[in-house]
Amino acid sequence: MKPAAFDYMRAGAVGEVLDALAQQGGDARVLAGGQSLIAMLNMRLAKPSLLIDIMRLSELDRIEEKAGRVTIGAAVRQAALLDWPRLSEKLPLVAKALPWVGHVQTRSRGTVCGSLAHGDPSAEIPLTLVLLGGEVHLRRARRSRTLAAKDFFVGMMATACADDELIEAISFPSQGVGRCAFREVARRHGDFAIVACAALATSDGVRLAVGGVADVPTVRQWPRLDGSALDDALNEFAWDLGARDDWHATARYRRDLVRAIGRDLVREVLQ
Amino acid sequence: MAMAAVRPTANLDEDRSQRDPWVGRSIERVEDAALLSGRGRFIDDLGVPPGTLHAAILRSPHAHADIVSIDIESARLAPGVVAVLSGAQVKVLTTSLVVGVKAAVECWPIAIERVRYVGEPVAVIVASDRGRAEDAAELINVTYRPRAAVVDPLAALASDAPILHGGFAGNLASDRSFRYGNPEQAFAEAAHRFSIDIRYPRNSCTPIETYGVIATYDAAEDVFDILANFQGPFSIHTVISRALKVPGNRLRLRTPPDSGGSFGVKQGVFPYIVLMGAASRAAGRPVKWIEDRLEHLTASVSATNRATTLAAAVSSDGKILALDWDQVEDCGAHLRAPEPATLYRMHGNLTGAYDIAHVKVRNRVVVTNKTPSGLNRGFGGPQAFFALERLVQRIALGLGLDPLDVVRRNLIAADAFPYRTATGALLDSGNYQEAVERALELGRLDELKARRDEARAQGRLYGIGFTAVVEPSVSNMGYITTVLTKEERRKAGPKNGAQATATVALDPVGGVTVHVASVPQGQGHRTVLAQVVADVFGLKPQDVRVNTEIDTAKDAWSIASGNYASRFAPAVAGTARLAAERIAARLVRIAASQLNAETADIVFAGGFVASRHNPENRIAFSRVAALSHWSPGSLPDDAGPTIRETVFWTPPQLTAPDEEDRINSSLCHGFIFDFCGVEIDRTTFETRIDRYVTMHDCGTILHPGMVDGQIRGGFAQALGAALYEEYAYAADGSFLTGTFTDYLLPTAAEVPEPQIIHMETPSPFTPLGAKGVGEGNCMSTPVCIANAVADALGLPDISLPLVPAKLAEIVRGPERAPPPGRSAPPQTARNRDRNLHGEGSTSMQAAPKEVWAMLLDPDTLQAVIPGCQRVEKVSETHFRADVVLGIGPVTGRYRAEVRLTDLEPPRAVTLHGQAEGALGFGRAEGRVTLAPEGPGGTRLHYRYDAAIGGKVASIGGRLLDGATRVIIGQFFAALARKTGGGTDAGPTSWLTKLTALLGGRR
Repeated sequence: MKPAAFDYMRAGAVGEVLDALAQQGGDARVLAGGQSLIAMLNMRLAKPSLLIDIMRLSELDRIEEKAGRVTIGAAVRQAALLDWPRLSEKLPLVAKALPWVGHVQTRSRGTVCGSLAHGDPSAEIPLTLVLLGGEVHLRRARRSRTLAAKDFFVGMMATACADDELIEAISFPSQGVGRCAFREVARRHGDFAIVACAALATSDGVRLAVGGVADVPTVRQWPRLDGSALDDALNEFAWDLGARDDWHATARYRRDLVRAIGRDLVREVLQ
Repeated sequence: MAMAAVRPTANLDEDRSQRDPWVGRSIERVEDAALLSGRGRFIDDLGVPPGTLHAAILRSPHAHADIVSIDIESARLAPGVVAVLSGAQVKVLTTSLVVGVKAAVECWPIAIERVRYVGEPVAVIVASDRGRAEDAAELINVTYRPRAAVVDPLAALASDAPILHGGFAGNLASDRSFRYGNPEQAFAEAAHRFSIDIRYPRNSCTPIETYGVIATYDAAEDVFDILANFQGPFSIHTVISRALKVPGNRLRLRTPPDSGGSFGVKQGVFPYIVLMGAASRAAGRPVKWIEDRLEHLTASVSATNRATTLAAAVSSDGKILALDWDQVEDCGAHLRAPEPATLYRMHGNLTGAYDIAHVKVRNRVVVTNKTPSGLNRGFGGPQAFFALERLVQRIALGLGLDPLDVVRRNLIAADAFPYRTATGALLDSGNYQEAVERALELGRLDELKARRDEARAQGRLYGIGFTAVVEPSVSNMGYITTVLTKEERRKAGPKNGAQATATVALDPVGGVTVHVASVPQGQGHRTVLAQVVADVFGLKPQDVRVNTEIDTAKDAWSIASGNYASRFAPAVAGTARLAAERIAARLVRIAASQLNAETADIVFAGGFVASRHNPENRIAFSRVAALSHWSPGSLPDDAGPTIRETVFWTPPQLTAPDEEDRINSSLCHGFIFDFCGVEIDRTTFETRIDRYVTMHDCGTILHPGMVDGQIRGGFAQALGAALYEEYAYAADGSFLTGTFTDYLLPTAAEVPEPQIIHMETPSPFTPLGAKGVGEGNCMSTPVCIANAVADALGLPDISLPLVPAKLAEIVRGPERAPPPGRSAPPQTARNRDRNLHGEGSTSMQAAPKEVWAMLLDPDTLQAVIPGCQRVEKVSETHFRADVVLGIGPVTGRYRAEVRLTDLEPPRAVTLHGQAEGALGFGRAEGRVTLAPEGPGGTRLHYRYDAAIGGKVASIGGRLLDGATRVIIGQFFAALARKTGGGTDAGPTSWLTKLTALLGGRR
């Protein structure tokens, strides 16, 4: 369990990262916490020829509030976001979901944007970004672009980030006053979610996001629902997610959890 | 020689805390300062001889396959590589490991011409460092011809089952029947008969530290010097030396000072000792190998899984009159020493804690395409007691009794000890009735029942479970011969006993050193030995230095040496006491002559040897101890040597199996009575332990803190076995739980604190009255929790682990249907069936004829398979390709073959594809149909079955099915793009999906 040989570059400026990505493209990987990537290297699932470490770039290690949005740079660790004093006020849903991301140890190394880049269908941060209508800011040598979170995740472990692009930051709209709730079922504390659900009350109804079931975190928006109408909507949602069996849970079990937890969360935020 | 009764007494002017015996107190562990400050000396921390090379092992991705060819040339020429050994090379340098049953079967530490389980070593690569060795491993080209695999023990018995070894009758390695008393009559006359079928799963108590071996072959002396974190039993030393083709005195086996846990598992390092010994011999230099976690979970060793049918003849008041056991033990692909010991370790204890006179047993041992089994904490106890204690609950249900009443009615009477069980065990001591009543009172069963009633009244799922078991310790080295017939045993010669060794030495200034061959794995043996010996000499524990490293070339050891069968406290610590007492008895004579006192008047206390009647008349311990070094001429003639004493102790009760196959399989028997309350969440079906009470009588307690530590540790691992852990295999033998993402160990967050209650009934058979305590909860807890969950859910049958989705499946009614107008999506995969089924379709802007031509055209295939390096057309319908799959981080090189059959141009074709590479292999078969669509267009529809195995299946189970679906969809999407068509087939990424296959988190 030793990685294949690779070059390591500790970037001193964002420009160096972009240049290296432009030159090496798919053979290079950005190292931003490494809580998935390093394990993949050791397992030899991944054999990049170059690792570009961005963790010394202070301009990427920022949490900023402007124009009603919270922007989180690519080098911000999950633990740092959890420690951000204004998190509960500005992003209460993220404050509820972040403690479910791995463990204290992995959060102290793993980055917020690294989780996005990995695109695991069970991951909590992508789920909250999609539910809250967040954005992903991508940059390459000569231009930048911003994608809505729902367009960023294109499949299981697949994102719209091109080989020569760097995820520079993500941004959340400040949440305002809508009530929110988060719940996750995993085999053990810190495990990959079998089902993760997040709900948000909006001015005209409710949004419910589900992770761990479909290939990407998936959101539904409904008007205020209750009783059998809510159950019908949840049942349709549960079936639409295309749940699969794996070693830890059956598709049926996942659908049951979507129906039951979804109902609890929707009721909770609409109270 | 006669032993003087020497006991420290409290007649000197000392602080009281120093006058009480050290044994029985929870003193600070001498091991902890190093372990807690990162100064432990584990095998990977130790220096290696100059020129040491490092080994990596190429392992089989297949559960069962012939090795058609193995090409090691490129690997041999790779940078840094010194030697590459395949099975053929190892076979030249070694002989087969001995097998524990009489059969013409070989057992090699590496695959010879055939692989029989996923992870079986296929080649050893020795290079300047581990990374280069792993680089070279990827260059080895093995061609496999897969065979059908069998993973289920009962399926392995079927007449048409794939056969693993020619030398057994089918897959049956052993089939023995036993009869004790008159079970047939008991069953015929009993009012009731109850029976239960059990499938006990595969699991393991996994240590933090994996296997490690540093092997040096000295050609000049023809000696192997091998350092390994092997735990014993050292009977295996004979197996290793024989395999390495040297006499025992030319195999110097040493152990490092510290070992990071074993739980039995590190007995299984021995095939690798042989393998690395051979590698060192081939390379001409020392070779180091440290097992990685994937290797460990996939292929180190496992407890056995077992299929059991157990029946009981029961009177109407719940008295069990007879048992009928039918056990089918699954030892995996090879019967490695000491298997089938797991099955026979409990042979004397098949009646548990109960007084049952008549027993019938049929024991069968089978081989299947899984990792070979070996030692594991509990060793046979979890499997046997799961059946027995589930049956007790079933009897209670069937007779309308409280399970506790059935337990009470059958417990061995307190005045019956020592009690001989029907199958031959001699239970040393106990008072099971008192232990049960004390546990119920202190554990507040009444309160727990009230909690249950309240929960049930609220509609919650709450249950209570009970277990009563005996915990055997100090194995009889002869029990395994119960697998042989008495004729075979007679021929082989008697095997019995359990030699323990201990050496106590006094240095020239009176320092005391103790050495034992107990090979601790973190338990704290050194602390307890210091307590035991300090008490004999009236010293403090810190005055006694204890060394537990083993060097078979220099130290006292025997076949029973090692760390297993909970033998430390009852056997090893007691033997150290005997050795210290021998020296003390001689020191008494010396001191008596020095002090002009009677020997009976001499006591050891507070660092002095003194007259009991006249405490002022005393001499420092160090002076008495030093006399043998400095002035042997002044010693009394009858004193005898005091410099160093080694005692070999074996209990006389451990006799060989008798003519009727009765076997006293273990020396001591502790008693455990557990009960617990659990609640099952109605939404998630997670099991929450509300309260767990565990009563232990392990005889005299030497160190209460360590005893509780053993109980907590065993409880945590047992909780894992009950709720989380399984070494899971697919029907085709693919191994599915190769990382800790899928093999789930309970962590601190999952393990509640059990309420531990003690009772001390000293063993009359051991020097200190102590019994073993390390394994008991691994035996009692899984079934106690299962009984509680069965009670909560009202289930007659229940199997481990208690996975929430599995419980939900059993308990829940039919699922709510999809909304009207929508059909349920086809199931893409079924549990344990690696054949993923799926379908999809895509539109193409080309007529069926053109699409057809493209499907058969190597150039098109090369273009639509991303990463395709080369397509070779073997025939019109057979293609070979080299493919590098990977976008994003995940890349793997595969050799792929595609065949086309059932051609119906231009309407339909069946594609058979298979690919093999370092990350694993895949096979897929798909039926493709083409139908005209619109002007000049085609609707392509495909339906497939796919199977994936090897490394990716072991580490990527969670996302593998989804990834496979996407990859297959991708192939057709690319084909559609080639025609300029659109696609319905999923997202635009390729093997990035395999990123998921890892367990790494974000």
